[in-house]
Amino acid sequence: MGRSGDLPRGLVERYKAVDGVWPDDADCPILHVDMDAFYASVEIRDRPELVDRPVIVGGTSNRGVVSAANYVARRYGVRSAMPIARARRLCPNGVYLPPSFDKYQRTSQGVMEIFAEITPLVEPLSLDEAFLDVGGALRRLGVSPGEIGQRIRQQVHARHQITCSVGVAATKFVAKLASGMAKPDGMIVVPAGDVLAFLHPLPVSALWGVGAKSAERLRDAGLERVADIAASPLPRLRRLIGNAAADHLHALATGQDDRAVVPRTPDRSIGAEETFEVDHFDRELIRRELLRLSDKTAITLRRKGLRGRTVSIKVRFSDFTTITRSRTLPVATDGTQEIYRTATALLDEQTPPGAIRLIGVRVEQLGDDEQVQLTLDEPEQGWREADAAADQARAKFGRGVIGPASLLGPAARRSGFTEPKPARPAEGGTRA
Amino acid sequence: MKIRVERDGLADAVAWVARSLPARPAQPVLGGVLLDAGSGDSDGDTSEALTVSGFDYEVSATVDVPATIADGGRTLVSGRLLADITKALPAQPVEISVDGARATITCGSARFSLPTMPVEDYPQLPSMPQHAGEVPGEVFGEAVAQVAIAAGRDDTLPMLTGVRMEINGDKLTLVATDRFRLAMREFQWKPSGNVDDAAVLVPARTLADAAKSLGTSGATVEVALAATDGLLGLSGAGRRATSRLLDAEFPKYRQLLPSDSTANAIIDVAPLSEAIKRVSLVADRGTQVRLEFSEGGLRLSAGGDDEGTAEEQIPVEFTGEPVTIAFNPGYLADGLAALHTDRAELTFTTPNRPALIKPVGEDGTVHSGYLYLLMPVRLPG
Repeated sequence: MGRSGDLPRGLVERYKAVDGVWPDDADCPILHVDMDAFYASVEIRDRPELVDRPVIVGGTSNRGVVSAANYVARRYGVRSAMPIARARRLCPNGVYLPPSFDKYQRTSQGVMEIFAEITPLVEPLSLDEAFLDVGGALRRLGVSPGEIGQRIRQQVHARHQITCSVGVAATKFVAKLASGMAKPDGMIVVPAGDVLAFLHPLPVSALWGVGAKSAERLRDAGLERVADIAASPLPRLRRLIGNAAADHLHALATGQDDRAVVPRTPDRSIGAEETFEVDHFDRELIRRELLRLSDKTAITLRRKGLRGRTVSIKVRFSDFTTITRSRTLPVATDGTQEIYRTATALLDEQTPPGAIRLIGVRVEQLGDDEQVQLTLDEPEQGWREADAAADQARAKFGRGVIGPASLLGPAARRSGFTEPKPARPAEGGTRA
Repeated sequence: MKIRVERDGLADAVAWVARSLPARPAQPVLGGVLLDAGSGDSDGDTSEALTVSGFDYEVSATVDVPATIADGGRTLVSGRLLADITKALPAQPVEISVDGARATITCGSARFSLPTMPVEDYPQLPSMPQHAGEVPGEVFGEAVAQVAIAAGRDDTLPMLTGVRMEINGDKLTLVATDRFRLAMREFQWKPSGNVDDAAVLVPARTLADAAKSLGTSGATVEVALAATDGLLGLSGAGRRATSRLLDAEFPKYRQLLPSDSTANAIIDVAPLSEAIKRVSLVADRGTQVRLEFSEGGLRLSAGGDDEGTAEEQIPVEFTGEPVTIAFNPGYLADGLAALHTDRAELTFTTPNRPALIKPVGEDGTVHSGYLYLLMPVRLPG
């Protein structure tokens, strides 16, 4: 959320913690903690000689995009999600590194543990950011939210040698905005009574949920600052951007955000499903779709370090009757082939004929993958290694580069967007 | 058809045949048992026997029961129902007669009238294949039970749901594996000379059921084989069973058997089995029990912070590198129970390589005929 380019002068300075001094943090129990250029920072930590050089992490083929860039690289104009090819033009001398997700995952876990030591109310948003509600922890620890923020920053740096930024506020929305403006390596506290003063000078695009399109429409209507939104009558806003978006923005602009910090509950099941553009009788085509969905499900399981014992399929027929069929395996799995094999058996043996509108694969009864019953046979290990190799390739080159060969043919037309189709093997994509 | 049979013989025969019938038959007739009184298409002295048969295109079961036959004939009735009825009959002679589409069963003061199914729709029972050899029933029953325990139950991997039977002169080898463990038994038998070398894959559940019932009868079990037709036959004590063979390739298992080890433990089976049962009470969803072997003894432990922990120490004769290894407690207990000896030898290499479990006799020597190879659970970190 680094939209600091368009910020009114003086705003950041007024709320920023400097030399252990920050604004009043009473009634500000919500913290948003965000690692600074996370992937790049982890890489630089492990290769300190890169600290003063522009470091860009991302797919290293020219088809990849930037996953993270350190602040040196950002001075060249390199941004997240920018095509690598463009980054190379902007910053030809940069150090371009392939992402190593295992490393980020480990570091992320370590950081999340620091949060968990403070409060159970931690809501991770991704590997590198989380909301904390420290309301209950204040009394127990006998400190203020700002002190907790500083303690977190110090602990993260001490244990993991990376920096993070913290926003402290009364609501999630303001806390997140604040952490973005505190970057890098800073903390901003927005006192509960100052929320409107803090919000109103900001550009409309700072509001959560305002993309480039809406911002343009609002700007055309003369609404440029958050204050303009707050002052605008709700009916007018609704006409401009629709009811739901208008209500949402108006609430945020007037400082209302009553969303609680919800600790993430462990996944109970993981799956994927697909609605076809036209209903399909062809079981061969359905089976191919099951392979794609099984692969997608297995990739998610492996990424999250989970395995499940029950595989189920969901089939919705053209008349909207929907059935689910499941089978429990002797041992939990995260393997594409095993999930696919079970899903196909459920389709072949337990699904009546008919035109199919939607098909889904799900893995339930999840547990971590730390205790794995090993297998004797080589072929299964072969699949396991194939899965691991495919995961690595995806981590390096993006999701489309690798998948089961039988998915390379023409895919069924799907109605909704779910994910990129299995792409052609990228030219030169097998080499870094 | 009109016959008279002894209640016990009939009840046993029908119970055995009905066991092999499918729970949900694809066609109603396949859920029936065929009662054939002297119609002449079974063997020899038909005039004195009632032949009870069941067949579902996969498995057939046939028994002869001594009977007094007034009128010969064939009829087909629901197997489950007939099994339930004959089991409940009093200990008196049973009369069965068929009139039109109904069969009447009379025994003492009880009388049942059952609908029959059309015999013409019933499939032809497979004939017994060529005699391949024989083996004492209890030897065969024990061997099959020791091996079938390791067979897979997942129909999506059909090659693992079978027991591989290898005939090699006077040696019979049985092997099964579900990928997590492998059980193998080798023993001598009396080959007929008709079948030299053969290797077939028999559905494990069918084989285990048949071998158990033939084994307990104390008779000799005759094995018949038509490998090219995909059919196995087992017979003994008046009972004949056939099973379709699995047309799938069994994994190349010989290469999985470890040739060396770095540690070796001799241990009493009963105390170990009991300790596993106790300790695994706290194992999260029964996933693993940890075993730490050293010269000081064996320490078993299971569980964690969330579910509670348990540990137990038992004596062991141990030589080699101390090893900490984890197993699924159910799989480990299966293997120990299948040894049928008071002591066991466990050999290891590393915590991620399979452990080999073998029976140890009274005299302290390791029996070479049986082995149970068990893959461990990977320990965290």
